[in-house]
Amino acid sequence: MKFHDLTIQEIRQKLRSGVLTSVELTQACLARIKATDDRLNAFITVCEEEALAAAAVADQQLAAGDTGLLTGIPVAVKDIFNTLDIRTTCGSKILANYVSPYDATVVAKLRQQGAVIVGKLNMDEFAMGSSSENSAAGVVRNPWDTERVPGGSSGGSAAAVAAGQVVATLGTDTGGSVRQPASHCGVVGLKPTYGRVSRYGVVAYASSLDQVGPVAGNVEDCALMLGVVAGYDPADSTSVDCPVPDYLENLKDGVAGKKIGLPKEYFIAGLDPDIKRAVEAAIETYRQLGAEIVEVSLPHTDYSVACYYLIAMAEASSNLARYDGVRFGLRKDIGKGLTGMYQQTRTAGFGDEVKRRIMLGTYALSSGYYDAYYLKAQKVRTLIRHDFLAVFEQVDLLLTPVAPTPAFKIGEMVNDPLQMYLSDIFTVPINLAGTCGLSLPCGLSAGGLPIGLQLIGKPFAEADILQAAYAFEQATDWNARVPKL
Amino acid sequence: MKISEKDVEHVARLARLTLEPADLTIMTGQMDALLGYVEKLNELDTEGVEPMAHAVPMSNAFRDDEMKPPIGIERALQNAPAAAAGCFKVPKIIE
Amino acid sequence: MNSRYEVVIGLEVHVQLTTKTKIFCGCSTGFGQSPNSQTCPVCLGLPGALPVLNRQVVDDAIKAGLATNCQIAPDSIFARKNYFYPDLPKGYQISQFELPICEHGWLDIETEGSGKKRLGITRIHMEEDAGKLLHNEDNSSSVDLNRACTPLLEVVSEPDMRSSEEAIAYLKQLHQIVVYLGICDGNLEEGSFRCDANVSIRPWGQKELGTRSELKNLNSFRYIKQAIEYEVERQIDVIDAGEKVVQETRLFDPDAGVSRSMRGKEEAHDYRYFPDPDLLPLQVSADWVEQVRSSLPELSAAKLQRYQDEMGLPVYDAGVISADRQLAEYFEALVEQYNQPKICSNWVMGEVLGALKEKNLTIDQCPVSPELLAGILQRIDDNTISGKIAKTVFEEIWQNGKTADQVIEEKGLKQVTDTGEIEAIVAAVIAANPGQVAEYRAGKEKLMGFFVGQVMQASKGKANPGMANALLKKKLTEM
Repeated sequence: MKFHDLTIQEIRQKLRSGVLTSVELTQACLARIKATDDRLNAFITVCEEEALAAAAVADQQLAAGDTGLLTGIPVAVKDIFNTLDIRTTCGSKILANYVSPYDATVVAKLRQQGAVIVGKLNMDEFAMGSSSENSAAGVVRNPWDTERVPGGSSGGSAAAVAAGQVVATLGTDTGGSVRQPASHCGVVGLKPTYGRVSRYGVVAYASSLDQVGPVAGNVEDCALMLGVVAGYDPADSTSVDCPVPDYLENLKDGVAGKKIGLPKEYFIAGLDPDIKRAVEAAIETYRQLGAEIVEVSLPHTDYSVACYYLIAMAEASSNLARYDGVRFGLRKDIGKGLTGMYQQTRTAGFGDEVKRRIMLGTYALSSGYYDAYYLKAQKVRTLIRHDFLAVFEQVDLLLTPVAPTPAFKIGEMVNDPLQMYLSDIFTVPINLAGTCGLSLPCGLSAGGLPIGLQLIGKPFAEADILQAAYAFEQATDWNARVPKL
Repeated sequence: MKISEKDVEHVARLARLTLEPADLTIMTGQMDALLGYVEKLNELDTEGVEPMAHAVPMSNAFRDDEMKPPIGIERALQNAPAAAAGCFKVPKIIE
Repeated sequence: MNSRYEVVIGLEVHVQLTTKTKIFCGCSTGFGQSPNSQTCPVCLGLPGALPVLNRQVVDDAIKAGLATNCQIAPDSIFARKNYFYPDLPKGYQISQFELPICEHGWLDIETEGSGKKRLGITRIHMEEDAGKLLHNEDNSSSVDLNRACTPLLEVVSEPDMRSSEEAIAYLKQLHQIVVYLGICDGNLEEGSFRCDANVSIRPWGQKELGTRSELKNLNSFRYIKQAIEYEVERQIDVIDAGEKVVQETRLFDPDAGVSRSMRGKEEAHDYRYFPDPDLLPLQVSADWVEQVRSSLPELSAAKLQRYQDEMGLPVYDAGVISADRQLAEYFEALVEQYNQPKICSNWVMGEVLGALKEKNLTIDQCPVSPELLAGILQRIDDNTISGKIAKTVFEEIWQNGKTADQVIEEKGLKQVTDTGEIEAIVAAVIAANPGQVAEYRAGKEKLMGFFVGQVMQASKGKANPGMANALLKKKLTEM
């Protein structure tokens, strides 16, 4: 069975009418995972037993007339979300055997809507990476070309949807970690406005930037998934108490009369020609759909990567202090006292990229350097946010590429961290500004790799970018392309 | 050089990481390159600019002083690398 | 006071708040439960857990700030203090660093050595406590996180104290305030009120401060005094020996009466404070401050003054009663019903405190309520009972909780005021003691006391002593 041509709403229809049972659907997913995941490595944990049990319960509920938004629908979540009694590794050796005693708020919300959680998806360790190569569970491969990365850090979340392993997934996006892999895998991924979705139970990487985002095969499913997970959570002080609109309600309203801004700093020399061509074609499509296209400027764009990495690494260095071998996770103790235990545990438990970020973050916060690095970055962040707020005085949304190149080859960037960081240039500003962004397929490269289009909305205007994305999806057939696997 | 191997060793101690000599050299090089790159922020005049600690400007999130059930000792200790008598056990703290 | 050196002391006090739940999660703050039974993902520092601030903690911090004459900051923030220790689950403590909630306060103290003096309070900030470490025989330590994340206020004084006496006076007053406010149980032994002292000395007249040492582990007023005095002597010895005082943390050992350096055993700290991105900035409006201000109880210093000025109590009585908020409330409730403050203070300090002490009870456990006690005093006033019988009535009420009237009725303790009845007793007493009568009449008037005593005894204490006195005098003179 393939889900590419069916939306969640259509599957729900089949489930409710009894044409299909959740157990059958879940079995099909599990079979698809078995058939494909040795090539992709999208999953860290597949929980077959729990999934089938949940599917059986869902079938009973469906028979009883249950109307949960996801009742019986097989989904999977990035291994960064705490799941009660299911292993949560965060792609790290230090949490290799960690079994959480609680569900993240978003996982609880999925369960409340009847979703069948089939497993935990592979990722860059602690969400630190843009390629899903930094995982203790091994490299994730791109379903379009298994020699290439799927993007990261939510590489498993994007690859699983692209490969038809599950209907939809959840990822997290700190600097592009949902949008960039969605772009590289030819699926739809959304980073909501900071505060839109609860972070409670999401293993923290950079707390002021982390946000949960859905990945799905089409815009409508993405909108539905966002509706399920969005909303205020009293357990997350930074979640925002404002009403969640029905994202499906006005999805089909189109873009006629909408003002779309093209930030000139995002159309620079060095942009891959295939991407340039695809994005320009998308602009033309929007023009034809009745949108007004205007050039705008986000003058501090060039500073966003530096700003982002300083803030993210500083916060990460503190967030990752709890992995000390005392209460949970890996412990290495060869009898060199407490400090020895800390050092051995953390040195053995963290991968190179995580160590690098902890080191830089520790340095940026340390005595004598705080003002020059961390505080400076926080000030620049204010400038970047103001760029966006000013531009949104002029336009309704922004249109940009997601990544400067299509998916690169596995191993290609491993030894050049800075080069890898620089590839986040189009995604990190959105996290810094705290607003929302979405990636959807807008073309294929000459080599047959997916290319993504980024739509950036005003804070809490996820509905606007979903609407614009839906209009594009309906007007083109890029979304119908699926990888041959 | 923005950072020396000695600085990197100090930072590693603060972060409770150990670096083998070869790794120390690599780490120093990478940190130096990144610190060099982020220097570009100094091109910007941020005099009078408020630092931004949160993505969305908000204040005052509270809970009421009301008890919630604890998760229980068994749950609390279920992932403990070493435990005894309801406590997490760690190597003796040398005083 | 030392003739060559001036002593400089600053104090950092950790006040554990009496909120029901922890500062950032809904776990209980109760003391003495089984290890790790009061924990959840937040206070265990599990991956993904997030803190949410307990509003009561902010209220309590504002109370403490107002009671110590601080300015309440309209904007304050929480910061992370990063360091590794097994009792610190997250690898950082959530505290306040820049922008604490209270700043620039003061307390007035009075000591024998230096009279009245105003001592500055630099700041008061909110933070979470760490867990507890227990050291085992087998070369290991155990971690109990029940106490982790319980709310603390850290009250930091200016280095304004010049003797251990001043330090103790400051601490006692601060202790009294936080207990009075009802925000701390004040139990030093259980660590609800913990003190670190920064001590240095400098030659008289020198402006800059000497190198200080930080004394920790001071869990009684007596130890604090001892530790400071020991430290001053030690620093004088160091300087006299031509050496330099080193900045260090020292742990006081109350059994040995000495402090030991922790130097060399802790590395140089770099706490890498930064604003906690998981917690929002705290904004306290003027309205909020006023709301808290209006809920503040009258503090002991104000009561002390009022008891003297408005009630006319002697300073001693006012001091004893105002020192304890519950005792003061008992006293005030009593005065409310029986408006003779000095008689009330006599009874509260005499019978009430005496009986409580004997039974090892506290004032809130006193079985004789202010209402019941007022009932006794009123019966003295209207001559129903004598002051002496009143003590018997008090004891009865203590036992059975009945009213004064019930006890007087049931036990037949009503004073005899019937002249005829007393006359008969007086006559009998005179008849029974001819010798004493003769002596009295010969001029030994002191014997009047003896006769009154005899009358009282014969009447089982119920005869009105005044009337007995008058009748005796009359009879003895008439004879």
